[in-house]
Amino acid sequence: MHEYSLVEALMRRVEQEARRRNALAVHRLSVRVGELAGVDPELFQTAYETFREGTICAKAPLSVTRVEASWSCPRCQARVAKGSVLRCAACGVPARLDDGGDALTLDAIEMEVP
Amino acid sequence: MCTTCGCGDTELVPVELHEKILAGNDRAARHNREHFVESGVLALNLMGSPGAGKTAVLEATARAAASKSWRLGAVSADLATDNDARRLEKAGIPSKAITTGQACHLDAELVHRSLHDFPWRDTDVFFIENVGNLVCPAIYDLGQAANVVVLSVTEGEDKPLKYPVMFRAADLVLLTKCDLVPHLDVDLPKVHDALARVMPRPRVIEVSARTGQGMDAWIAWLEELRAPLAAAPRRKGASHAHGHEHPHVHSHEHEHTHDGEPHGHPHAHEHSHAHEHTGDGQGEHAHGDHGHAHGGGAKHDHEH
Repeated sequence: MHEYSLVEALMRRVEQEARRRNALAVHRLSVRVGELAGVDPELFQTAYETFREGTICAKAPLSVTRVEASWSCPRCQARVAKGSVLRCAACGVPARLDDGGDALTLDAIEMEVP
Repeated sequence: MCTTCGCGDTELVPVELHEKILAGNDRAARHNREHFVESGVLALNLMGSPGAGKTAVLEATARAAASKSWRLGAVSADLATDNDARRLEKAGIPSKAITTGQACHLDAELVHRSLHDFPWRDTDVFFIENVGNLVCPAIYDLGQAANVVVLSVTEGEDKPLKYPVMFRAADLVLLTKCDLVPHLDVDLPKVHDALARVMPRPRVIEVSARTGQGMDAWIAWLEELRAPLAAAPRRKGASHAHGHEHPHVHSHEHEHTHDGEPHGHPHAHEHSHAHEHTGDGQGEHAHGDHGHAHGGGAKHDHEH
């Protein structure tokens, strides 16, 4: 249940950014969750609903975009199927996780400024 | 303000950030890592399920490393009790308990705080025994040189497939309780196969804390990671200066030109690389933190 501590970190960052820009309110948060980010999107959403009350995010919906994990060969770029042995069959080199598959990113904050 | 007509209305602005939510933890982890590296301490993050044998492995490590004259140390995290720390003390490893309360994982800040009253600088190999949990600890970089995941043979062959995030974060998997294999239905090749499906560079050592099986290979692995640290000038008691960030830009292409086959490196790209820093920097952080978040995620997958 580390989703709560992640939401806490998210909130701190949003509040900091809002202060910096003298924002009156936050209207939307966009977050990207990679399949291998170690975060359950539903739990994250739930944790956010719990936390946002009474904060500058009180009225801001959170949109969570899921990013599927995919693997490829760093040498020939061929796709290495998820669930298979993570090695390029042709080149024999270890597969590489494509960008975003393990990331947990705060993409954007929509805020109301004076 | 609305600049079109000057009506004084507020404005909606989209602020694009694209930053890691764990950026704060990663900063704290970088800080820890700098300290470990400049003090020549090999720090390892030991993770695994409750009961996988993390503490037992460390007890056995103390026995197996007796001839090495390494000074070992550990902080050991649990929700409650300091039982593990006391077990480790008894085994000859100076230890300190971190009780996390409800927290299911360690983060870099908790580790940092625990360092303040523990003589970690006087250790050569420093274990951070994480909370027993195959989920949450995986995404928090603590500043370790490598992640070691302890998986016992009693846990089921498909554990790696069920917890891919944890096993992908592992630099090494210690397959423990191997002395029990004759009494179980476990099929070890299946465990290895499962690991190869979640780890691009699976590195596994089969051990038994009880019989000592595999402990020599584990000690050799530690030795290999320790070598670059041990060779570097050690800055004991380096001032605990905060906020130093070394802009350490390495292109992460490793230069070893082994032609031909991808060779099974004895170590899977451990991050205490033994690359030479040429000249100038008077031993300031001889190596180690290359800014690639370790553990916490982003593995750089350079081809070997």
